[in-house]
Amino acid sequence: MSSVNITVALAGNPNTGKTTLFNALSGLRQRVGNYPGVTVELKKGRTTHSGTTFELIDLPGTYSLAPRSPDEMVAVDLLLGQCAQERRPDVILAIVDASNLDRHLYLTTQLLELGLPVVIALNMVDVAAAQGIAIDAAMLESRLGTPVVSIQANKGAGLDQLKDVLIRTAKSAGHAPTPVFPAEFDAEAAALGAELPGIAPFLVRRLLLDIGGYTESRLAAQFGTSLTQHVASARDRLASAGHGVPAVEAKTRYAWIRQKVAGCVTRPAQRPVTWTDRIDRVVTHRVWGTLIFMAVMLLIFQAIFNWATPLMDLVSGAKDGLSERVGSGMSNGPLKGLITKGVIEGVGGVLVFLPQILILFAFIAVLEDCGYMARAAFLMDRLMSRCGLSGKSFIPMLSSLACAVPGIMATRVIENRRDRFVTILVAPLMSCSARLPVYLLMIGAFVRPGRAWWVPGVVMFCMYLIGPVAAAMVALLLKRTLLKGETPVFVMEMPTYKWPSFRTILRRVLDAGWEFIRRAGTIILATMVLVWALLNFPQRDAQGRLYQDRLAEVDEAIAAAGASRSEIEESIDGKNKERSKQGADASPESVAILDREIADLEKRVAPYYQTQQEWISGSYLGQFGKTIEPVVRPLGWDWRIGVASLASFPAREVVVGTLGILFNVGEVDAGSLRDAEDPGDTRLGRAMRSARRAGSAEQPAFAMPTALSLMVFFALCCQCGSTLAVIRRETKSWSWPAFTFVYMTGLAYVAALLTYQISSRLV
Amino acid sequence: MRTLDQVRAGDKVTIQAVNADPALMQRLLEMGLMEGESVEVLTIAPLGDPIEIVVGNTRLSLRRREAAAIAVT
Repeated sequence: MSSVNITVALAGNPNTGKTTLFNALSGLRQRVGNYPGVTVELKKGRTTHSGTTFELIDLPGTYSLAPRSPDEMVAVDLLLGQCAQERRPDVILAIVDASNLDRHLYLTTQLLELGLPVVIALNMVDVAAAQGIAIDAAMLESRLGTPVVSIQANKGAGLDQLKDVLIRTAKSAGHAPTPVFPAEFDAEAAALGAELPGIAPFLVRRLLLDIGGYTESRLAAQFGTSLTQHVASARDRLASAGHGVPAVEAKTRYAWIRQKVAGCVTRPAQRPVTWTDRIDRVVTHRVWGTLIFMAVMLLIFQAIFNWATPLMDLVSGAKDGLSERVGSGMSNGPLKGLITKGVIEGVGGVLVFLPQILILFAFIAVLEDCGYMARAAFLMDRLMSRCGLSGKSFIPMLSSLACAVPGIMATRVIENRRDRFVTILVAPLMSCSARLPVYLLMIGAFVRPGRAWWVPGVVMFCMYLIGPVAAAMVALLLKRTLLKGETPVFVMEMPTYKWPSFRTILRRVLDAGWEFIRRAGTIILATMVLVWALLNFPQRDAQGRLYQDRLAEVDEAIAAAGASRSEIEESIDGKNKERSKQGADASPESVAILDREIADLEKRVAPYYQTQQEWISGSYLGQFGKTIEPVVRPLGWDWRIGVASLASFPAREVVVGTLGILFNVGEVDAGSLRDAEDPGDTRLGRAMRSARRAGSAEQPAFAMPTALSLMVFFALCCQCGSTLAVIRRETKSWSWPAFTFVYMTGLAYVAALLTYQISSRLV
Repeated sequence: MRTLDQVRAGDKVTIQAVNADPALMQRLLEMGLMEGESVEVLTIAPLGDPIEIVVGNTRLSLRRREAAAIAVT
């Protein structure tokens, strides 16, 4: 790779077309830079133009360089050359929106004060022209004393000229004029600067201007708390001189900008009625706006809930096929299990999330790029503010109803760190689709039989209601305790509507998918392999024989008696369906005949299931489950349910698979429960219903209270390694996933305990 | 004195003063919500909060609590 000749930092307000410009300039060669202690990531790209290699750094979109958090400080540090991992940029590329020049130049005036040459890219000149705004770029350039280049980032227009100017400017010293602050302010800044040796003048001014800002806390830590006193009295003196902070900054900058742009910009006397006005009149309308919002949300939800399913099935199918093909070529032993059940299953378990992530991010990218995302947040803000969040948390929470993994990734649209973290921590409480098989099985087996027709529906509804209610309460609690802080600013720009750029969307979707695989995928895979090992070791029985060998033998014996195990299983399922179909109007005799046939078939495959059961219950996880049975007893569970919940850690829906093995009906596929007409009448459903208490042939082991407690536990617990891996990836820390796991498990246990203890006394 | 949260949708007003906690005040000022600027309230969210305003060529969503920090005539 050629060496870097110039480093360019790309800065601009949000919704300026900054990302579009970055993508247009750097093409596909992009990397992500991570910085310790912060959650922001900066994208970097490279491009070559007339023999010069550019390194481009895309800074986070911001309205102002007034850092209030370590995240916002990254850009300032980088531009000042104080970022340990990065070379100081040679030139700043400031992108501004031509249709809203004054406000965009606000940030530019701050960039001009950093001592680096600045090139202004005047974007969206076409949009401005459509609104009757004309800008004389050459005149603006001479007034500002820094290069101004007109571009259309979405069409790639003006980019070559922009690169020429960047090369030329990077080599210049670049001391463009900057806004002139009142003399009193400059004097205070100079006096303060004398006390702070080695601190850049830019930061000294930020210290004075940003009340409660990050510069203040950082410098106070470095120079002692007496600094805060000095700064406060300097601000007091400025206020009595009529230059109160922070107003002095905005006044000075805007006055300077207005003076500079006067004559360069012609605007219509009256703000014209734009397309954005027309669209907003409908989209934020009390009735139409609400209807459009609900339609959009329904579409997103449908897409991630239903459209993703065929793709996910495809991944699962490919995984099963591969696992079988690879397995058939290997001799029985730990390696075969590790490859087929551990690794291939694990990789499939990672890839299976991709359809939902890609679909959700396609929607988010379109909604953000066209400008609707801000409107959606506007409409939902009041509702979400009741639990201390903002409208921006709505889509992540809604997406979590399908799966928390894409939902947590979607919290990237929330700028405020505390709001984002609260949303991440409560999103897993929403009932995702992987909990559905548990609800279906439990309601089908223990709630439906013998109760009024409306009871199962109400119970299911309550299960879905637990999530949002618990999430709201936990969010409020977190906002008042762990993630307490000053009320964030909810001022949000409502960007001009525009056609989304296909390139930007594709880029975001691919980035989201790739980052998930790279950062979270490895952790998810490791968890899956670990739990597989705990559930499958020891691999030999008391006589030292491999369970795999025994299972193969049993299979042979079954096949030798006539039909193979899978054929028998199929006919059992067929007869079961027939039996359910006959329903109430069936004659008792024909049901009895079917029952007898089913029982005969089941007897033929039973040895296989018993061997499986012996293997799993003797495993480390099985033994552990038996040891901790006293812990799950008060929830109305036995060790088998306990083991199944522990084993579901890699993927929630696995719980039914493990339950199947432990209840002697073989591994149950979660999908088969979803497709079943009556999940309670499947083999697993009936096996659980007919389970008897130890030492009793009469008393059923489980009844409705157990079902309710298991459902409540699953609704609230965080038995999902993938969710925790994604939380770790998004918060860049292990302590937040650990916290999430502990609080959710605690909450789930207490809630399940109460559910069982209360309902078993009532029912 | 009237504050921005009391302005009806469709009305145009002039900012008299901005008085808020530092973080909010700074953001409002950066967005151009300064003394003497004219502001139009475009619409109010269906649930009654926040409100959408336009200042200069910038459209903003403000919570009522935030809009209450802006005195207008």
